[in-house]
Parts: sequence; C-alpha cells; structure tokens
Amino acid sequence: MKFIETLLNGLSMGSTYAMIALGYTMVYGIAKMLNFAHGDIIMVGGYMIFLSMTAVGNPVLGLAAAVIFCVVLGITIEKIAYKPLRGASPLAVLITAIGVSYLLQSSAQMIFGSAPKMVIIADLGNLEFAGLKVPVYTLVTLGCSVVIMLALNLFVKYTKIGRAMIAVSEDKGAAQLMGINVNGIITVTFAIGSALAAFAGFFMLMKSPSLTNTLGAMPGIKAFTAAVIGGIGSIPGAMVGGILIGVVEAISLTVPAIAAYTDAIEFLILIVILLVRPTGILGKKRREKV
Amino acid sequence: MTDVILKTENLGISFGGLKAVQDVNIEIKKKQLYGLVGPNGAGKTTVFNMLTGVYHPTTGKFYLDGEDLTGKSQETINHKGIARTFQNIRLFNNMTVISNVLVGLHNQEEFKCSMIESMLRLPRHFDCEKRMRERAKEILRVVGLEEERNFLSCNLPYGKQRKLEIARALATNPKILLLDEPAAGMNPHETEDLMNIITRIRDDYDMTVLLIEHDMKFVSGLCDEVTVLNFGTVLAQGDTKTALNDPEVIKAYIGG
Repeated sequence: MKFIETLLNGLSMGSTYAMIALGYTMVYGIAKMLNFAHGDIIMVGGYMIFLSMTAVGNPVLGLAAAVIFCVVLGITIEKIAYKPLRGASPLAVLITAIGVSYLLQSSAQMIFGSAPKMVIIADLGNLEFAGLKVPVYTLVTLGCSVVIMLALNLFVKYTKIGRAMIAVSEDKGAAQLMGINVNGIITVTFAIGSALAAFAGFFMLMKSPSLTNTLGAMPGIKAFTAAVIGGIGSIPGAMVGGILIGVVEAISLTVPAIAAYTDAIEFLILIVILLVRPTGILGKKRREKV
Repeated sequence: MTDVILKTENLGISFGGLKAVQDVNIEIKKKQLYGLVGPNGAGKTTVFNMLTGVYHPTTGKFYLDGEDLTGKSQETINHKGIARTFQNIRLFNNMTVISNVLVGLHNQEEFKCSMIESMLRLPRHFDCEKRMRERAKEILRVVGLEEERNFLSCNLPYGKQRKLEIARALATNPKILLLDEPAAGMNPHETEDLMNIITRIRDDYDMTVLLIEHDMKFVSGLCDEVTVLNFGTVLAQGDTKTALNDPEVIKAYIGG
C-alpha cells in the first residue's frame, strides 16, 4: 500500500518534471539550442501566481495569469536574447541562456526580496480509499499533466503548425525552402514551452508552498537531465525521462538509508543511461550528412 | 514577352575573390522544360541556390513573372512561386510520405486555418485537414507514390525518395519547379518513368521546369532548350541539339 502511495507521488512529481523537460526538448529540437533560462520561467510563473493570488485569491485566475505572462516573457526573451544569435556558435547561445537565467533570478530577488513567500494555492486534503491515503494535489497534477501531454501530442501530430515544427527539427534548411517561416515556428515553440513551465510552477507550489527566486533552478536541471535521459529533441522521450526521474526520486526519498543521496542517484542514472545509450532512451541516431 | 516566367540578368556570385558564377542570362517561358547542364563544379547548383535565396547573388538580378526576387528570403521566394528539390536528397526522414507533402502544402491560402481553431479542434480544422490530405494524395498519385503514403520516407528506395522530393516541391504550388539532378542514381527504367512524370506535371499543372541533369539522353529527351555552364560562365545556350553538339561543349565535357 505504502508502495502504491509512493508510486503515485512519484508519477505526479515525474509528470511535473516531464512538463518542464518538454520545454527543453522542444526548444532543442527546433532551435537547436539549450535554453538554460527555462527553469527560471517556472520561478517567474510562481511569482505571477503569488501576485494574483494575493490580489484576487483565485488559483485558476492565478494560473491563467502565470501562463499568459510566461508565454509573453518566453517570446520576448527569444526575440531579444536568442534571435540575434541565430547562426552564431552554439557556445555563444549557451552562455547567453545562462546569462538570461541569472538575469531572471536576480531581478526576482530585487523585486521580491530573498525571503521565501508562502503561496497557499488550495488545501485539497487527502483522499482515502482502499487503505490508500493520497494527497489530492498529486492526483490533480497527474491528471492535468496527462491531459496536457496528450493534447500536445495531438497538436504536434495532427496540425499544420505541429507538422511544420517536426519538419523544422528534421531539416531547417529544407523546411525553409518549402516555404515554412522558421522564425515563426521557433516563436510558437518558445510560447508552448513557457506555458508548460507556468503549469509546472503551479504544480510545484501546490506541493510545497515556499517560493524563492531559485524555485526553478534545481527542477530545471533535473528536467534537463530527464530530457537527456529520454533523448533530447524527442517529445515522448521527455515524458518518459521525466516520469522516470520523478518515480526514482519518490522511491529514493522513502528509503532512509539513501534519501540524502536522492539527487546524486538521479544524476547517476543519467550517467549509466548515457553509457548504454548515448542518444538517450528514445533518442535517434543522427547521421551526419556530408 | 509576357510568357517569360523566369528571367535572370547577368546573375553572378563571388565567394571571397572567387567568381563562382558570372553573367548568367536565362529566359524560361511558361510550360517550358529547360535544362541546365555542365561538367562537375560548373556552378549549376550554385545557380539553383541563388534562385531559391540560399545564396544572395553579388551581381545581377532575377525575375519571376516580372517581379524582382533578388535578395529575398528563402521562404518569400518559395511563396512567390519557386520550389526546388535537392541533389543530395533532403526529405524529412522521420515523417511519413504524406506528411512530407503536407508540409509542402503548409502555407497555402486555401488551407488557412488559425492556430486557435486547430487547438480548439473546431470544424474548420478538420475540414482543412481533410482537404489537405485529399490534395496531398492527388499529388502523390501524379508521382506514383499513393500506395506508399503511410511509409516513413527514409524507408523508401532511392528512386522513390527523389520522386517524393518532387511531390513535396510541387505541393508548395510553385510557378516554376527547380529539379537538381532528378534522375541521379536511377536505373534506365526509373529514368523513363521520371520523364513521363515530369511531362505529366507540365501538362496537368501548367508547370515550368528548370532541371539540372548529367544524363544527356534525359536532357535531350525532355528539354527543348538548355544552358551549358562551364567554370561558372555560360558556354552555350539555346536549342538543345545544337547546344549539346557545340564543339566547345563537347570539349568541356570530355576534355582536350
């Protein structure tokens, strides 16, 4: 029984990681860059939820405000910081992303101070059935994530823009010559990634209400790990990787002997998987064409 | 004069100090099948790259239907009506055959449907998708790939991948189709089939075709006019038979 509770908890954490990992993996697949500021979008979303909760007190409105703000922020960052570097060396883009990450963290600290803010989204209590005691927020997180990920899959597979996104990730040059507006597609990708990050921030605050300017840092890195484990650039890969990391984390936290080493264990899994499958679980081998 | 669809004026490009292509003047009429030939390294693909916006010409201009497209971006040029295939095949490998064609249809007015409509899955989204699939199937039928439409494109044999590239380019609804060595690597039977396909595309879609090809039988069987390039300059131009039998051209090809 205890195990099922842990598993549900792990799945819920994992689906939060998966949502963040999707942002990393989609941006990587399409813009071929690692957006290390992605984790901090979560934090900005968190503060938006905090602000609107203080002002209105309605969590759904808070989530909506966070999603809208993060989408606008994501698109703006892409336009200002990354677009001018299209075609620049990958290292230049990478260091810019790290710079944006610090900019967001420091700005949040300047505006909101460094003391943690308490964001009580809603006390949903526990659900008890068949001897199980499950916090309702895990079920909400899990349910919402599954719906969002299914919707995303449908969007990518069965719409014009989704198809254009896959085409751009396969061969940017050829896609452009088939009349696809690559910059437009990159904008859409950043918008989707940022919206997912806002959702992830909401789920994280539901789990633990303490909000600081580094809220997104560690989950961001873990989600990035999840994206790499799943095979960076692959959408199902990010989902699998995220769930795997979440479940491992939940199980590890319940075993007293190894609980303190949870983070280390997660990164160890990354190393082992990359040794066996260098392109990740669902990553595909890329042939270099000459 | 009005039936000239593509016209280049002293088109040329230099990379650093190297003049890769210079002074190319070509006039292609509507529904014409026009050949661009020349030995390896003559600059044929470079001309294609200029005409599609991959490279921006350093001298000269080119006009599509009288409109100056010099220096425009790749997607603008595609929207205006120039579509191409690639010498080394560049399909979207992990997409199905029909999806490759659907990507080509992506930007056309008649299939417009906003992202919101798609996300909310309103009826117009489904109507739009259905019409796009119909059109894609119709195009695949022309190149003879309708049966294979749900295969991954990387699993198609080489000759069929070349045909799929033509279908994908055709899907962008161009005024002129630029084919870069469409018959490369095909056996004689496939080559003959391809000649029929190109003629059918010309007739059914009122299409103009500019093609690069090394197979001289293919060129003389299909094109009524050619331009021969050598070391980036025009060596001969005009009626296919005359141009290909020009002593200079023969010399360029077999040396001497």
